[in-house]
This record gives sequence, C-alpha cells and structure tokens, in this order.
Amino acid sequence: MGPWAIAVHGGAGVDPNLPKERQEEAKRLLTRCLDIGIVALRSNVTAIDVVELVVKELETDPLFNSGRGSALTENGTVEMEASIMDGPKRRCGAVSGLTTVKNPVSLARLVMDKSPHSFLAFSGAEEFARKQGVELVDNEYFITEDNVGMLKLAKEANSILFDYRIPTIGTCGAGATMDSPLQMNGLPISVYAPETVGCVVVDKEGRCAAATSTGGLMNKMTGRIGDSPLIGAGTYACDLCGVSCTGEGEAIIRSTLARDVAAVMEYNGLNLHEAVDFVIKNRLDEGKAGLIAVSKNGEVACGFNTTGMFRGCATEDGFMEVGIW
Amino acid sequence: MGWAIALHGGAGDIPLSLPPENRLPREAALRHCLDVGIAALKAHKHPLDVVELVVRELENHQNFNAGKGSVLTTSGTVEMEACIMDGKTKKCGAVSGLSTVVNAISLARLVMEKTPHIYLAFDGAEAFAREHGLETVDPSHFITPENIERLKLAQEANRVQIDYTQPIQKEVKKDAASADVDSQIGTVGCVAVDNEGNLATATSTGGLVNKMVGRIGDTPIIGAGTYANHLCAVSATGRGEMIIRGTVARDVAAVMEFKGLSLKEAAAYVVEQVPPGNVGLVAVSSTGEVTMPFNTTGMFRACATEDGYSEIGIWPDSPSK
Repeated sequence: MGPWAIAVHGGAGVDPNLPKERQEEAKRLLTRCLDIGIVALRSNVTAIDVVELVVKELETDPLFNSGRGSALTENGTVEMEASIMDGPKRRCGAVSGLTTVKNPVSLARLVMDKSPHSFLAFSGAEEFARKQGVELVDNEYFITEDNVGMLKLAKEANSILFDYRIPTIGTCGAGATMDSPLQMNGLPISVYAPETVGCVVVDKEGRCAAATSTGGLMNKMTGRIGDSPLIGAGTYACDLCGVSCTGEGEAIIRSTLARDVAAVMEYNGLNLHEAVDFVIKNRLDEGKAGLIAVSKNGEVACGFNTTGMFRGCATEDGFMEVGIW
Repeated sequence: MGWAIALHGGAGDIPLSLPPENRLPREAALRHCLDVGIAALKAHKHPLDVVELVVRELENHQNFNAGKGSVLTTSGTVEMEACIMDGKTKKCGAVSGLSTVVNAISLARLVMEKTPHIYLAFDGAEAFAREHGLETVDPSHFITPENIERLKLAQEANRVQIDYTQPIQKEVKKDAASADVDSQIGTVGCVAVDNEGNLATATSTGGLVNKMVGRIGDTPIIGAGTYANHLCAVSATGRGEMIIRGTVARDVAAVMEFKGLSLKEAAAYVVEQVPPGNVGLVAVSSTGEVTMPFNTTGMFRACATEDGYSEIGIWPDSPSK
C-alpha cells in the first residue's frame, strides 16, 4: 500500500541548559530505538508490534520518564501509565497506576488483546498483570537516583513559588507562566521536563499504530492520571494516522490533541503536516506540548510549541533524523 | 437562543416489555431531575452548577447506574467514576475507582477546581475526598439487591465464556452481559446551556455489570463520554469500549466545527458511526438547541428548552410531556 515510516519521542519541553552529555545520551537512545523499529519494519513486522517493541525499549532504558526512570509521585513512589492503539479497527488498550509491571506498554497491549475492556488501572491492572504472567518487579526497580533528587527540587520549587494545590486564575498548569519558555506545568523546566515516551508507525500495508508511556508528572498527587493513557488525548490511531503526544498533560487532555490531528484530516481534508501544524498552533491555548504522527501514506511529522522535543523519525526511502531543538 | 437542558439515565437494551414497577419510578425520577435543572437555570445558576446538581440527583436515585444503584464489579464491589467539563474554559475534572464517595460528580468538580490535575483515581481520589471533607459512606450504601441479582445473572452467563487468559471476541462478551437485558443500562448525565451560551456537561456511572476490578470506561475520559467546548456540551452512555474508540463526545463538536453540521445532524452522524446497540447521548449547543440520539433499543432521557418545550422518554417515538 505504501512506504513505512516511524517516529519516536522522549518528551516535549527540554531544559535549554541540559548538559551536552545528556543531550548526546538522549540522541543515542533515540537512534537506537529508531534502528530497532527500522529493522522490524524491514522484516515486515506489523505497525502495532513495532510500536510496542520500540516503547518497551524506551521504558527499559532509565533515561526518559517511563518504566525505569519514571518521575516520582509526591510520596516518592512510581505510578506508571501507558496506552496503545491499532489504527485498522481502532482497537485500544490502556493502563494506569502501575507499580510493579516492568513494561506498562505491554500490559496495555494485553488489555487490548486479552481483556473485554480498554482501560485497566491500579490494583485491578496489577491483578490482571499477575494473571497474564507478565514480568513484575519491586517498585524500587523503577526509581533512579536522578529522580529522587528531582523530587526534592520539585518540592522545594513548589513551596517557594506558590501552593500548587490551588491553581491561580487562568488554566490549570500553565497559569501566568505562558511567556516564559523555561517552565512547564507552572514550574521550572529543569525539574518538570515531561520526558514521556512514544512511538508511531505506519507499516508497508498502510496500517498505523501509536503507543505512549510515562511515569507522569514529577511530584504528582498519588492517583493522578495524565494524558498518556487517555485515548484521544495522548494517543490515537485510525485508518488515516497514528499520533503520540507529550507535554503538559492537562493541556493535552483538554484539547484532545491526538484525536484532533486525525479529526482535522478526516473532517477537513488536511494532510498530515497541515493537521499537525494546525493543531499545535490552534488547539493548545496556553498549554505547552508536542507530538509525533505518521499517516497511512508513509508520511511522518512532528510539531511542538515547547523549547525542544526529544525526537527521531525515519522513512523507507532512507531519510532519518534525530533531534532535540 | 435561550437556555436548554438535557439529561439521561442510560442507553441500552431496555425491553419494550419493561414492567410498570420498573418504568414508572424511573420516569418520575427523570421528571424530578429535569425540574431541578429547569429551576436552577431559571434562577440563573451557571450551567456547571446546574449539571452537577442534576447529576447528584441522578446519583442519589438508586434506579440508575451511578452513585447508589451502581452496577457491581466481578468482585461484587462498586467502583464509580464521573467527569465534568466547562465549555467556555474547557476546564475539566474526572474521577475513577471510587467506593465510598456519595457523589462522584462533586469530587470530579473538586479535582477540577482544587488541584492542578484533571483526573484522580482509586486510593488517591478517595484520600483527596476525605481531605476535603466530601461526604463518604460505607461501600455497602451503594449496593442494591437488583444489582446483586444482575451480577449473578451476568456471571452465570459468563460461565460459557472462555476465561480472560484466552483472546476473546468483544462481541461475544457483549452478548453474555446482555443475558440480563437491562444490564447494559449504564451511566447518567446532564448537559446545559444558559442564555449567555455558557455550556457544561457532567456524566457519572458505576460502569459495566461484572466488569473487571480496575476497569475504566468512557465516562471519565474527556472526549469519549464527556466533552464540552464553545460549540456544544455532550454526555454519552452505552458500551464504554465503543465510545472510547469512537471518541464520541469530542466528535460531535468536531463534526459541527469542521463539517458545519447543526447539533442535531452532528450528533446523529456520530451515533451512526458506532455499531448499533452501543451508544446514546444528550447534547446542547451554544445557541440553545438540544438533541438526544441513540442507536440502542432505548435511552432514559429528558430535555427542556426555555420556550416551554419539554420531553421525557425511554424508547424512540415515545416522548411524554
């Protein structure tokens, strides 16, 4: 039906002062993940299998905010969430509140394939994981020293700036900080960089798929669910395209960002690039976010209104690019 | 222009042979809730307050699948979820996995107004409710004999069903749950617009009979079961998994915006895209229109507009005034 294409991301909203070594490390990881996806696509692996494969790799690596290396809740624990969607029949699976499941995206896949539901969370999801025999580990496995340090900074930033529990006038999250590119969710980007991960793929048969995975917002309230497991917000795939978003979760939810890319293609006849541009420019209001997308025709696009987005993309004709700014 | 309100008590395979002892209390409840909503709109309450008020009434009424009267999980427990959204600001709040909070919709509102987040679930949501002094009760408060019976029937039907460790057809599972014909009745919701074009929507539910513990449906997912923007406010009901993949509530507004369809046309279009027997919704537009399409056997519903029109119904073509 057409050429394959793949894109990956490791979060929109990057600290401009991120040390060079971290930037290089990130680019190496993105390149490695792209390579894994490319090898799979060349071997005719289907889109849905490729996105799961790639996101598993991102979850396993502690660099970004998913699986191992997830951001910490206010209690210093990890609660992970993920979703996956298969374009052809718009089948989907999502999970939230995971504390022992090594690869959340794979559990989301099992929810889609092996349960009568689309979304399982917290102890019910963990119980399902046990019954499915997926790999389980202690919560400590996911916690990194880096993030323990970040949580401390986040709590300090919270108490210095304002009581984050009571939103100021304006939308939740961005509030009065829209002019400063150095803040996300109202707080310093060096601490709150989202670093959610995701992958979108279109295979040779023109089938699109998308998957997103995250530990969520640093210092979040326990029980907080963000955009990543919400179909239509952080993840979406249909006949036309596959989309994965990252950034301020609340802004992405409110703007149903992933669905909107597909909706303007479907209802307004825009092509992938036009749709991505339109949505980023017009749907986020004061919110800060980014996304990657592929179309059934083998196109790939990304868009973001943040300071940078860790991303990589490749198409069958040999094009490949990894970038941050 | 003018205010408008619509509410629902669930779409599903409501049998035409529904006996009066099941039908009349529900019709009376719909009428009562409609009156509550109308009075609030006439008193110039903001639509956000109106929809919360009406959904609280529906949650407290044990004949609908929300709050008291919620259907049961496979473990015989109640896990409630709700969602509220303001059209003008697109501020929203959602909760899932509640077992002791008397009014889930009010907790959703609190999440929207008192946290930097949109969505809280399970233990975290329950703790938040307690911190803020929201009314909580023993979980048994929500459980009714009818729902214990529904669960029993659903579980008996499932015995012919392959167990969850094998891949299953979602359609087969649906038939099993339909063994008890009104097990598909789910969810309550309300949408309202005032004569300044302020829009709001609220949805609340106990979910699916015999659902897996931890299962989240469409209700708390913005864009699926609940959505409002400057054009319209939508609350959907039916088979959650279908509503999620169909991004039903969001699509009504998207179709209005991008295809220039009227509220009625857009809502009908979206409902048609979902496999029959799976969805119903209520919606109002910023200009005071109202629509209540469904592709199920019936949907408990009621609506009213400022010009004096009002309607209460269950099946197609059976509105009573």
